[in-house]
Amino acid sequence: MSTHAMHEAEIGSPPPLAEPRPERNRLITVPFVLAVFAVIALGAVSLFTGVYDIWGREDGRDMFFITRVPRTIALMLTGAAMAMTGLIMHLVTRNKMVEPTTTGTTEWAGLGLLAAYLLVPGPTLVMRMTGAIVFSFVGTMIFFLFLRHVRLRSSLIVPITGMMLGAVVSAFSTFMTLRFNMSQVIENWFIGSFAPVQAGRYEHLWIIVAVTLITFLYANRLTIAGLGEDVATALGLHYHRLILLANALVAVCVGVVAAVIGNIPFLGLIVPNIVSMIRGDDLRSNLPWVCLTGMGTITLCDIVARVVIMPFEVPVSLILGTLGAAVFILILLRQRRSGRVR
Amino acid sequence: MITLQNVRKTYGGEVRIGPLNIEIPKAGITSLIGPNGAGKSTMLLMIGRLLKMDEGRIRVANMDIARSKSNDIAKILTILRQENHFITRLTVRQLVGFGRFPYSKGRLTKEDEAIISKYIDFFGLTDLEHRFLDELSGGQRQRAYVAMVLCQETEYVLLDEPLNNLDIARAVQMMEHLRRAADELGRTIVVVLHDINFAARYSDRICAMKNGQIAAFGTVDEIMRPDLLTDIFETRIEIIDGPYGKLAVY
Ligand SMILES: Nc1ncnc2c1ncn2[C@@H]1O[C@H](COP(=O)(O)OP(=O)(O)OP(=O)(O)O)[C@@H](O)[C@H]1O
Ligand SMILES: [Mg+2]
Repeated sequence: MSTHAMHEAEIGSPPPLAEPRPERNRLITVPFVLAVFAVIALGAVSLFTGVYDIWGREDGRDMFFITRVPRTIALMLTGAAMAMTGLIMHLVTRNKMVEPTTTGTTEWAGLGLLAAYLLVPGPTLVMRMTGAIVFSFVGTMIFFLFLRHVRLRSSLIVPITGMMLGAVVSAFSTFMTLRFNMSQVIENWFIGSFAPVQAGRYEHLWIIVAVTLITFLYANRLTIAGLGEDVATALGLHYHRLILLANALVAVCVGVVAAVIGNIPFLGLIVPNIVSMIRGDDLRSNLPWVCLTGMGTITLCDIVARVVIMPFEVPVSLILGTLGAAVFILILLRQRRSGRVR
Repeated sequence: MITLQNVRKTYGGEVRIGPLNIEIPKAGITSLIGPNGAGKSTMLLMIGRLLKMDEGRIRVANMDIARSKSNDIAKILTILRQENHFITRLTVRQLVGFGRFPYSKGRLTKEDEAIISKYIDFFGLTDLEHRFLDELSGGQRQRAYVAMVLCQETEYVLLDEPLNNLDIARAVQMMEHLRRAADELGRTIVVVLHDINFAARYSDRICAMKNGQIAAFGTVDEIMRPDLLTDIFETRIEIIDGPYGKLAVY
């Protein structure tokens, strides 16, 4: 092609290999260290917040290890888990208003608990957990399948439909509880609270550490899945397998938390949105931040829940629900302002 | 070499694409032209395994697209869709970096970083590399996606309307870059273009499609004929000799 040869001079040589300027998403930065300390401080406050006088009483030390320590660990693990589910769901659905509460996943987990009680009289924690995980998985799957037929992924239709799905499931659960006289089960679940946490009753929450590690290992793949099926395929990934994986990670988190603690609403909405506004959507570098912010937020909410009407306490889900509603509206307003509601 | 044998695709019973039979030789640029709905994207997507064919066989570099492992294909072939640009809050650099995924699996080496920088610089995105994609203009975003795809550095590159949203200078730059990749690195590039003159100036071969069929396939001189183009686009098209070769006037 002579015409091309003619232009070779103008174009010059191929682009020289530039200096490597890696994106330094270093984890250990000053803000991160400060955040770690803040969460540790909150944990300490949580350890020493409560009516029981752990210094004065003789069995104070025992009580400290039987209730306070487990409660604080449970808070941290739950906070990380629920914030992470939100992050994963935002990524694979590309909708910032999606999280277990707005997709029906939570309600499915509740139904799963109920199913365990219906199938086995006096189910063990493991049975309840399995029920919740399996039902969460199925429920999230149904939601993702529905999502395949929605073109406007970022629209409000998505969470609204999710909540409607959740309402249907929840209505069914209510019917079952009334029919079989088990309203206690659903009530305990619905009012997620850390008050009953004590040694011997929360240890299954450690599963969340494993889920977090898996999420971290697959972080890049999940981020690519967030770029859509075509980009993922072009880069040699199996999109549908990744969606299944994301689905499973979410189901395990929601199921475990549902069985051990109960319903923890909106944490997956609040935390990842705040992190995303500041740091963007890269899962791998955001995950530590999201876990940390989740821990901090839920611990703070729990401390508030314990002190507002001392010596009694309100369920932490109440505080989170209020905060979540506020953040939900904030996101809507932000999107409207930047004209990104499409 | 890309070979299509009796490839067919039917959409919902009415729209039929194919049978497509074509052999696109190795190295060089092949442009796909044709009116809207001719089947250009369909053909490209099937070659790039983003769309399943109903019948037939596609081989790229002797690999059967339908039977090979997706990750193996990703090392020899990459594809960019016409409008797949989801707006995620990734930075330009993070996005382009994902082009190295088939090799690095996310652990970018120094070499990877240098390659990423090279493409970012080349597409004039250096100053924007830490900006989030949702803070870019349409053309800047298009460039970022093309940079990601080229960062994969595959033997075969399929691009569906890569000049979308680009101004003339950027469009020329992009085509010159593709030209160079074909000439110097021996890349095989298949690109859907709407501007016949861009196709004529930068391609080695042109494949013209119409009504789901390949209407003509040949060198630029063979395709840049007034009767043939008038027939394909159903619009009067004249060909004149310009300073850089043949020009279509319509
Ligand atoms: N998902 C689909 N479902 C049904 N019909 C489709 C689908 N995708 C494409 N078609 C039809 O197949 C035909 C070829 O479409 P294709 O996208 O390949 O055209 P194209 O040549 O790329 O057009 P354009 O220049 O507009 O991009 C068109 O008639 C189109 O309506
Ligand atoms: Mg097209």
